[in-house]
Amino acid sequence: MSRLLVCPPDYFRIEYEINPWMRMSNQADPVRASAQWHDLMTVLEDRVGALLERMQPMPGVPDMVFTANAGVVDGRRAVPSRFRHPERQREERYFEAWFREHGYQVTLLEENLYFEGAGDLLGFPDAWFGGYRQRSDIRAYGRLSEILQREIIPVELVDSHFYHLDTCFCPLSGGELLYYPAAFDPYAQTVIVNRISEDRRLVVPQPEALRFACNAVCVGKHVVLPTGCPETVAMLEARGYKPQPLPLDEFMKAGGSAKCLTLALD
Amino acid sequence: MHAAQETVLLQGHIIDSLILAKVLDTILMMGGTFDLQEVRIGGTREEPSRARIVVRAASPELLKEILEAIQPHGASVERESDCTSQPAPADGVFPDAFYATTHLPTQIRLRGRWIDVDAIEMDLGIRVDRGLTAAKAIPMGEVKQGDAIVAGRDGIRVLPLERPRDRDVFSFMEAHVSAERPHGYVIADVARRMQTIREQRERGKSDVKVLLAGGPAIIHAGGREALTWLIDSGYIHVLFCGNALAAHDMEAHLFGTSLGYALSAGRAVPRGHEHHLRTINRIRAIGSIEKAVRTGVVPEGIMAACVRRGVEVVLAGTIRDDGPLPGVITDSVAAQAAMRRALPGVSLALLVASTLHAVATGNLLPATVPTVCVDVNPAVPTKLADRGSFQAVGLVMDAASFLRELARELGWKA
Repeated sequence: MSRLLVCPPDYFRIEYEINPWMRMSNQADPVRASAQWHDLMTVLEDRVGALLERMQPMPGVPDMVFTANAGVVDGRRAVPSRFRHPERQREERYFEAWFREHGYQVTLLEENLYFEGAGDLLGFPDAWFGGYRQRSDIRAYGRLSEILQREIIPVELVDSHFYHLDTCFCPLSGGELLYYPAAFDPYAQTVIVNRISEDRRLVVPQPEALRFACNAVCVGKHVVLPTGCPETVAMLEARGYKPQPLPLDEFMKAGGSAKCLTLALD
Repeated sequence: MHAAQETVLLQGHIIDSLILAKVLDTILMMGGTFDLQEVRIGGTREEPSRARIVVRAASPELLKEILEAIQPHGASVERESDCTSQPAPADGVFPDAFYATTHLPTQIRLRGRWIDVDAIEMDLGIRVDRGLTAAKAIPMGEVKQGDAIVAGRDGIRVLPLERPRDRDVFSFMEAHVSAERPHGYVIADVARRMQTIREQRERGKSDVKVLLAGGPAIIHAGGREALTWLIDSGYIHVLFCGNALAAHDMEAHLFGTSLGYALSAGRAVPRGHEHHLRTINRIRAIGSIEKAVRTGVVPEGIMAACVRRGVEVVLAGTIRDDGPLPGVITDSVAAQAAMRRALPGVSLALLVASTLHAVATGNLLPATVPTVCVDVNPAVPTKLADRGSFQAVGLVMDAASFLRELARELGWKA
């Protein structure tokens, strides 16, 4: 059974602007946001069959709802994030505390070595990919590959709309990759093509990429993704997946969707 | 001005991710160059790789731009420290851990800034001035107690030679010595450089010089007229030689012989072996070579041309010298110092038919000075090349043939 870390959106608001999606003037509606979040949880628990670990939300850290950025978990080891923006650095101690309280072996990266957790580090069983340039520092992957004893291939993110790897790159349980190539520099595009055979690459069209089709949660054959991505849904169905589109537009106001709201714990 | 350079490290999964390729491409695309000093590829997929890259650019500004462009891809400037120095324990003694120089352009890091080492020459130490703003290469014998001498290896970098802009024999920068290869094009290139230097001097740039270090075989073999013409025509500005070249040059005028051989007939003349002694004795009686020239005793020849043209002559003595002639420096350390003082500005060096002077001069010259070594014995240019004077072009040929051909190339009619 898949375990996911989530954090209720009790304090979720747009309190600052640190990505192109965020506008203080385009405030999230707390009631709608709460309803969308609870719908997501219902789908994850009931239809997808995931086990949810709920964190205690804290005032003053509105983006803590995006638990994908808590850190990265590999077996019983956890490496908490080091956020680039001071606004999100305040979340670090809560995430670290949660990992420690739940028995994870915590390894801390040195300060100023930016790494934004599973938002930027995603993988297939044989190779992990690390997004850099927008948020995480490429140097973090050298350190993480030592800590985790894994190959981590850094890929450069070149479009600030896709500021985390999980906004444009989604490995699926069957070995396929759902991704949006234009978010990557040409070297990274080449590397992805070299590493993932053509029949496993599912390219998301731009309009759906901009709706965060790639910010999907894949558990088994279930893929939970934002609504408004019919071509992506069709591609997934053609591969035998069961897409679960959900309205998550309140979170899009902060630059996040289904995947950002969860952290895979195993 | 040397190219600016910085060493960067790149580590992690840099090969399959094309990060190394991207960094190298970026350097080139921005107009820089690089040397991959070390590439260690991880033995397994999980194991990281590592590359050490020297980045070079035409200016410090461009270098900074390149470094800023590659740093986000993980290229980190290698942690650098200032160089360390230790006080010389006594006059003429370097501290134990002194850094021994090469003849390549060298910089040291002082208070975070890289500065050029002045008067670079191989096998010296580096003295740092009290204000920590300048550094100079100095020989062991010149150090004074308490001088700050660079020690260890931190904060020191040796810059590789840039390929000369002129496309001639020197631009290959190879220590190639062969008796088989044609001499003509080498001599033509040397002549072209001498022509350029003379033109620069005529336009008032007096700090460019051609140096000739030569042995007495120049006289024996019949190269005296050609060399005299080259000096008289303003192509040679510094002459390094010993007692013998000067003695036989003046013997040729006074007696028509060189070491007793009639230069015109090519055979020994009776009591010819005394001629060089009588020459030396005559000049000693006069008091100096210059006086002998100015009073008309020796009105022509190499030494006379040097006096007339104001060529700086350093006469360095040896233990087998007869006499010696007045002006010969018999203290070899003092002779070395005199040669060193004459070097600033030398931009072409001709080392002709003298093992001793060729090697001594080769040791004193920075690697940036193009050098031609001419000797009938291939061992001499080879020896010079082996010592690391790799910008030296070696010609295995007779000194007189070389000088005559060179002079003809420059317009000598004889």
